[in-house]
Amino acid sequence: MSKVIKILGTGCPKCKSMTKVVTDVVLENNIDATVEKVEDIMEIMKFNIMTTPALAIDDVITIKGRVPSKEEVLDLLQ
Amino acid sequence: MFDWLQNFADWLIYSVFNIGAETHLGTALNFFVFDTIKILILLFIIVFIMGIVNAYFPVEKLKDYLNRKKLYGLEYLFSSVFGAVTPFCSCSSVPLFIGFVQGGIPLGVIFSFLITSPLVNEVAVAMFIGMFGLKATLIYVVSGILLGTFGGWLMGKLNLEHLLSDWAKKILENKMQHPEYQEEKLTFYQRLPEITHSAWDIVKNVLLYVIIGIAIGAAMHGYVPENFFNTYLGGGQWWTVPLAVILAVPMYANAAGIVPVIQVFVAKGVPLGTAIAFMMATVGLSIPEATLLKKVLSIKLIAIFFGVVTLCIILSGYVFNILL
Repeated sequence: MSKVIKILGTGCPKCKSMTKVVTDVVLENNIDATVEKVEDIMEIMKFNIMTTPALAIDDVITIKGRVPSKEEVLDLLQ
Repeated sequence: MFDWLQNFADWLIYSVFNIGAETHLGTALNFFVFDTIKILILLFIIVFIMGIVNAYFPVEKLKDYLNRKKLYGLEYLFSSVFGAVTPFCSCSSVPLFIGFVQGGIPLGVIFSFLITSPLVNEVAVAMFIGMFGLKATLIYVVSGILLGTFGGWLMGKLNLEHLLSDWAKKILENKMQHPEYQEEKLTFYQRLPEITHSAWDIVKNVLLYVIIGIAIGAAMHGYVPENFFNTYLGGGQWWTVPLAVILAVPMYANAAGIVPVIQVFVAKGVPLGTAIAFMMATVGLSIPEATLLKKVLSIKLIAIFFGVVTLCIILSGYVFNILL
């Protein structure tokens, strides 16, 4: 089933690096998933997080407040 | 600790580039190479240590802790200390604010965090150690933390909950009393490459500012006449501290750019206390931060917040000048 990946962040440099890591992993491994950027602060706060950027896979928060490595993202997606 | 670096700077400038140690250019370049590399190394070490602290004690854990324990006033101090060790990113200030409100943390305690977080930041600390030494750095960090503690406490006493934005009020009404914190399960060695990586990222991002700041500082050393500030800013008149602070509030500068300039002020006769107050006002309060906070605070509350912090910085400027 296709996964829905959401990147939550208001657009700071860290959020951009997270987006790059995640899209790279998805492309390089042909993962069936859509990557969506959530920049609206009201939407972000529904996820009950305190630090950005955060990564949500199928609406479950897996990483918050830091930029993960490619290996870690791949692990989370498999 | 940095002897080897001095040797390297001597070798690079005097031998490789063959610029004489007796020329102005030679000594200036030598200072520049030495200062820049020293500060970048210090910055890397500090950010690295903060990364480790944050990996083991993330802000969600603080929220949980503040929520569970009765701390009899110490919560302001905890929140302030925590603000100091959390790497500041202005885009996280709104999620942090809302997260704390949701967790049922009193407004004053949240303000303690918000005041100290930009005031005592990793870049400023590294620059301070490099340019003023450990003693001055300690005074700056401790006073920044105390200022956040006191400022937050004062904000709490003013009962300002009704001045939150409508959105923030709605969240306040639906707050949850006992949020659970879920620990991420990663070992220290799994985290280490990432902490190193983000420390390196921060150093890379401020590299340019450090170079520009030190270059401006070095240029000013040569051109600003001795005792220039003594005549205008350093004479010890009572109004010099508020003047320095009020001039600094609308200025928005990276700590990396401002500390070398302050060092010149001090070298040319401005009292260290006035200079620290000037720096705190520059990095602690900024228009971009105010714009972001508008989502959660009314304009009136932002004005009160800035007013209280400005007053606290002015007061601490006087205290430093008496103590130092």
